[in-house]
Amino acid sequence: MNWDAWIPLLVIASSLLPGLIIFFLAEDRKRLRTTLNLAGALVKLALVCWMLWGVYHEHHYETRLTLLPDLELVLRAGPLSLLFLTLSTILWLVTTVYAIGYLEDSPHRSRFFGFFSLCVTATVGVALSGNLITFLLFYELLTLSTYPLVVHRGTEVARRAGQSYLVHTIFGGALLLLGTVWLYTLTGTLEFTPRGFLNDLGEEHRPALVIIFALLIAGLGVKAALVPLHGWLPQAMVAPAPVSALLHAVAVVKAGAFGIVRVIYDVFGVDFAAGLGVTEPLAWLAATTIIYGSLRALFQDDLKRRLAFSTISQVSYITLGVAIAGPIATIGGVVHLVHQGLMKITLFFCAGNLAETLGIHKVSEMSGVGRRMPWTMTAFTIGAFGMIGAPPVAGFISKWYLGLGALEAGQEWVIFVLAGSSLLNAAYFLPILHRAWFQEPQDAWPEEHHFGNKETAWALLLPPLVTALMALGMGMLASAPFSPLGWAQFISQREFYRP
Amino acid sequence: MGALLSEISWGVVLILLPLAGGIACFLFPRAAKVLGLVSVFAVLLSVSGLGWNIKVNGIYRHAIGGWNAPLGIDLYADGLSLLMLAATALVGFGISVYSADYFEREDAARFWPIWLLLLAALNALFLSADVFNLYVTLELMGLAAVALAALAGGRDALGGAMRYLLASLLGSLAYLFGVALLYHGFGSMDIAMLAVRVEASPAVWAALGLMSVGLLLKTALFPLHFWLPPAHASAPAPVSALLSALVVKGSFYILLRLWLEIFGPLGGGVDTLFGLLGTGAILWGSLQALRQTRLKLLVAYSTVAQIGYFFISFPLAASAGVTAWSAAAYLVLSHALAKAAMFLATGNVLRFGGHDRIADLDRVVQRLPLTACAFALAGVSIMGLPPSGGFVGKWLLLQAALTQDRWDLVSVIILGGVLAAGYVFKVIGHAFTLADISHESREVPAKMEWAALLLAFGAILLGFLASPVLSLVGIGVPFGVSEVSP
Repeated sequence: MNWDAWIPLLVIASSLLPGLIIFFLAEDRKRLRTTLNLAGALVKLALVCWMLWGVYHEHHYETRLTLLPDLELVLRAGPLSLLFLTLSTILWLVTTVYAIGYLEDSPHRSRFFGFFSLCVTATVGVALSGNLITFLLFYELLTLSTYPLVVHRGTEVARRAGQSYLVHTIFGGALLLLGTVWLYTLTGTLEFTPRGFLNDLGEEHRPALVIIFALLIAGLGVKAALVPLHGWLPQAMVAPAPVSALLHAVAVVKAGAFGIVRVIYDVFGVDFAAGLGVTEPLAWLAATTIIYGSLRALFQDDLKRRLAFSTISQVSYITLGVAIAGPIATIGGVVHLVHQGLMKITLFFCAGNLAETLGIHKVSEMSGVGRRMPWTMTAFTIGAFGMIGAPPVAGFISKWYLGLGALEAGQEWVIFVLAGSSLLNAAYFLPILHRAWFQEPQDAWPEEHHFGNKETAWALLLPPLVTALMALGMGMLASAPFSPLGWAQFISQREFYRP
Repeated sequence: MGALLSEISWGVVLILLPLAGGIACFLFPRAAKVLGLVSVFAVLLSVSGLGWNIKVNGIYRHAIGGWNAPLGIDLYADGLSLLMLAATALVGFGISVYSADYFEREDAARFWPIWLLLLAALNALFLSADVFNLYVTLELMGLAAVALAALAGGRDALGGAMRYLLASLLGSLAYLFGVALLYHGFGSMDIAMLAVRVEASPAVWAALGLMSVGLLLKTALFPLHFWLPPAHASAPAPVSALLSALVVKGSFYILLRLWLEIFGPLGGGVDTLFGLLGTGAILWGSLQALRQTRLKLLVAYSTVAQIGYFFISFPLAASAGVTAWSAAAYLVLSHALAKAAMFLATGNVLRFGGHDRIADLDRVVQRLPLTACAFALAGVSIMGLPPSGGFVGKWLLLQAALTQDRWDLVSVIILGGVLAAGYVFKVIGHAFTLADISHESREVPAKMEWAALLLAFGAILLGFLASPVLSLVGIGVPFGVSEVSP
């Protein structure tokens, strides 16, 4: 009996089973629900650490189940999978703690945590997928399990946001399905392979492959919020803060970006895709999204909406990094997958804290909030500086490698995009920081809650501090072993240099 | 044990058992519920027995009374028959468990005998090997189904049942004319013999036309679907489930059989016509479902749309036979489970809230989480999202369409899925809106909720069982020899 074959399945089960049990728990079984949630998250973390150690020592973790006559459901832990997997696992743990604090005493908690666990199951599945059909399966599961979270509040606005989310993702899913089946009829395999599995395909299939690429990217671009498919994301802001945090940092948006990385590296292969001439339009699209998102963010007064447009812009760094199609830019793009997740989740946690503690939803209400909630705003500040790309926060590392990579690949225009975006980031984050730290507070906060002599509840305060510290640490200790940057370099090496 | 299992002639058991059960229910109305449940469960076991038999010995053939065809009557079962029998037994058992709590005393006494008669007719239909027997079972099935549809009484139900009766009779009559033409021309009614003897001639074309029209009418393929929504929507929930999940499949099975054995090789563009009608069904049915305001009608129109998918396989079968037919078989099976679950869930909603207006569903759905979950899971299969039986079916269908560059059909398949998502979420969305809970309601027994949920779960589970199921269906090579896979 080989246990290595079962670990990926166990990773999936560690959130699926608690989720299914939680659905059947009564609302007031709070302790049991919390125990299940945290136990699942910790077990998953332990399993992931085990696999990290194993993969480092050249073990192979792979689960195969037959899905269709010639197609298998494959869960495999490769370097790229593990990068995303580790990110989701850590952030799930943190977000669970946060959500328990955030949803204290609100209705429908069993339903919420049930779908929350399903959502993480789907994300983890996306990370571990070893072929395109497995990816598709979990990608659709992600759509289905996040919809209830987006509409969780049950208000009219939430309903409309949910509808918009569905319309976008269902169409995206349909395009992805079409692209996947088409690819399968051409190649007879969907197995993710370093440098792609299309190299042996004849010249005559090139036009078809270009269309397939477009279909796949359009399907994934919906979740990755590429302009013009981004419409659902700002609307989905009505969801509770932990959901927004997870949606923006790991689950939905990242699943899309991760999918794009997969398609370019492990389906088409960078060189093959560049040869087809499809990476350059994608790079331009990503650049447009980066600038567009930043510009829109400038004019949002609603804090979560501003962060949402910022996400649209920041996630496209990942796409840009892989679309530049060079080894160094790849490092920048892939590592940003992790960095953006940590920084953005910090920002959303902080926004949630402000809303939950003081009733602040708008930037214009934030005057002097730094004095009332210094720790929260410290975390926010770290996150914001990271987004701008200021050293030593992790965001700097991503931008540095993106810039270097663009120069190395001879695409100087990218530098201007990066610089412009950094300026715009500064233009929409610095005023918030200035207002929070240096302006006089108003007479009363919109809706203040007191938590003894602390600024807010522990469960709300700790998660953003932890993630902010991690973002800081990944910037300062970027070249330490096992850092995301190290993994990203490993992945890039495998894609570009290995024989 | 194994020897004993293959000694028994399961085919005969499958027909006599529900018949005897039905008569017993009729004679002892007080014990109808228990007798009915026991009979259906026994049928389920017998199907497993037959399955075992077929898996070990290959095609099952039994000459009743020892007289072989053409003089006697043959029972015949290959993988395809087994699939239909299994679907009927599984779904039938789920619906029976549900009905045990749904129908009260008098209704129960009426429901169980007719349902068991219907079950006997369906089993006989799937086991028949000649076109005349198919006619007899088709007629029996139709009459039993109409009786069930009229069970609720009331003007709506009787009106719907009346239309259903007329459509059904007209359908069987057209079919019978076709049978007569074939018998006159080729002197046999055994499908296997006809397959050898039939060659293109005006009489054969006329037979094909008559039989197809009759069966299409009974299968409710667009534009001959007019009788289905009222009949399915006005019947009691378990009956709607039976009609939508099983009865329309009966006539489809006959059509598929005739096509595979007799008419398919003739060619002649009929498959293109079927494809066109299927396209029409998908689009029209989905759009109609989208604009319904009553839940039951929405589900009924969804059936109209899903039937369209079965017919998309005909034009695709020309050069991707096994893939296309496997897709159809898989869609039939998963639709049976999912649609039964949907109708049962709808029945729970109706009982709980007393209405099925979609706009006012909020508080009902939210207080029946298991039912909402059943509807959602069934919806996943209907939409064709993974993992589900519906996904497997659509994947195979898309694969068959793409290998032949049939872009028209590809876009219809995709579009149908998107439209289905539209009407499923139109309902599911209500599970999450804010609603004040101040509503008088009638309790729904747990068994009714679980029956719906387990059927829906079965449709999801099928998403992981494609290989074993398709290899069972392949026994006896009902779909011909495999083309080279891509």
